[in-house]
Amino acid sequence: MKKVLEVRWHARGGQGAKTAALMLAESIAEMGKYVQGFPEYGPERMGAPILAFNRISDNPIHIHSNVINPDIVIVLDPTLLGPKVTQGVGDDGIYIVNTTKTPQQVREILKISSGKIYTVDANQISLDTIGRVIPNTPLMGAFVKATQLIPYDKFMENMKAELNKKFKKKPEVIEGNLKAIERAYQEVKSE
Amino acid sequence: MKNKVAITGNEAVAQAMKQINPDVVAAYPITPQTEVVQIFSSFVSNGQVDTEFVTVESEHSAMSAAIGASAAGARAMTATSSQGLALMFEMVYIASSLRLPIVFPVVNRALSGPINIHCDHSDAMGVKDAGVIQLFSENAQEAYDNMIQAVRIAEHPDVLLPVSVNFDGFITSHALDVLEVLDDETVKNFVGQYQPEEYLLDAQNPVSMGNFDMYDFYFEHKRQQVAAMEAAKKVIEEVGKEYEAISGRKYGLVDAYRLDDAEMAVVVLNSAAGSAKGVVDELREKGLKVGVLKPRVFRPFPFEAVQDALKKVKAVAVLDRAETFSTLGGPMFADVRTALYDLKNDIKVINYVYGLGGRDLRLEDVEKVFDDLANIVKSGRADKFVNYLGLRE
Repeated sequence: MKKVLEVRWHARGGQGAKTAALMLAESIAEMGKYVQGFPEYGPERMGAPILAFNRISDNPIHIHSNVINPDIVIVLDPTLLGPKVTQGVGDDGIYIVNTTKTPQQVREILKISSGKIYTVDANQISLDTIGRVIPNTPLMGAFVKATQLIPYDKFMENMKAELNKKFKKKPEVIEGNLKAIERAYQEVKSE
Repeated sequence: MKNKVAITGNEAVAQAMKQINPDVVAAYPITPQTEVVQIFSSFVSNGQVDTEFVTVESEHSAMSAAIGASAAGARAMTATSSQGLALMFEMVYIASSLRLPIVFPVVNRALSGPINIHCDHSDAMGVKDAGVIQLFSENAQEAYDNMIQAVRIAEHPDVLLPVSVNFDGFITSHALDVLEVLDDETVKNFVGQYQPEEYLLDAQNPVSMGNFDMYDFYFEHKRQQVAAMEAAKKVIEEVGKEYEAISGRKYGLVDAYRLDDAEMAVVVLNSAAGSAKGVVDELREKGLKVGVLKPRVFRPFPFEAVQDALKKVKAVAVLDRAETFSTLGGPMFADVRTALYDLKNDIKVINYVYGLGGRDLRLEDVEKVFDDLANIVKSGRADKFVNYLGLRE
């Protein structure tokens, strides 16, 4: 692993990118790693493009600036695919995109020849499992598969504990979220 | 006992307040501080603390209620940010002049206008001359640790002053970070029971507070506040040593990072000090002799520690996240430059104002500062004292 692994989330307000960035950080922290999870706060409006970030390291992280050169880019909304998504990403960057399109089609839209592209239909998965379009949790499943950063079983164990904590008053959504992560883990497509 | 957790800065500070278990908290919510009082109020309603939580109609009233509670003999706290601190301004002076050990987190945010909710230090710098001790925190860990130490510093008989614990809005308050928290019992024993020497509800020893104070004594009382600030420096160091014994984490007046053999240094508060440390690590690998000085305490200004840490460097850049409109740079620049002037070492000191209204401080911005310093060391000349970093001009 690189000294500090950096993640950038592209989403629209209301899709749960901030929640996902924080939950992902929390469950990776459970593995004994050092993490940061933070959104770029703007005027909070439903549907407006937003960014969120993670840093992951084996050592304490000093840096507090926004992520400019991410190793991993996660796109929650396919309408955001464009130059901002590829900005600052190196040749070995990993893209994880919520879309019905194939990785090859995404590559054409992004106009890039390098990097690795993963796609998953997180909207459909969340609709099937949670009952509404909320692509944030399934994308975490895709993240675990694409990055191989943490073992799947351990991640699910941590996530279950976190969801139990987060949805103490709405236990009915926990199972759906776990199922969504599991399906995305299985269904994510690479080239 | 140590416990590693992944929580946000606001959660960490609310957790510290829970473990301190103050008698009274009077607060009004304001972004990005809201979560601190929101989370704390849930501890109150869940019966996890014994605190009397006073919901007030403004920050002016929040500090007023904390003053009343503290004068009555209670361990009192509030919390605020930005416009809230500005509205509280009048009462901050009352709290410090009545020598009331009120502890309050300040989640640093820009002042309006134009309207902005993001991080800078304009709010804190507005009360730098109000007689309140100001601790600054690089990350959630330090915000948590500073909160616990602040109680002991404020209540020390040689000090008896309000202490504000500053940490960066959003950058620290809303970001998830990994930190170690102490167990409840350890914190309880560390902060101890508050036993005020004089208080209004002590019927056996009646006192009055907030009296009219004319030219015959006002001046002496102000001098005593200065003496308390002076004494606070030693107390802050002593409390830091005691805290190290229970936490393993070192706290002094300043944090001198890789400065021992440094030729160039950046002086910067709060979260930006972390980013500067990251840049210093990279430049050190390239063989550059660079370091960071992070004042943990801004009021009282630890000028002896600043002199000691910087006496051997050739060029210093002070990074200010606030403007003074004096046209002579930011507030910390004035203090650092004054402190170094008497050393007569011909240290070149320049200023950068950065990050106003939440403008991100990028690593290449800090690299540029060190580039500029290298040129000053090489040429022996510093022509431009006040600079702006990451600004479109």
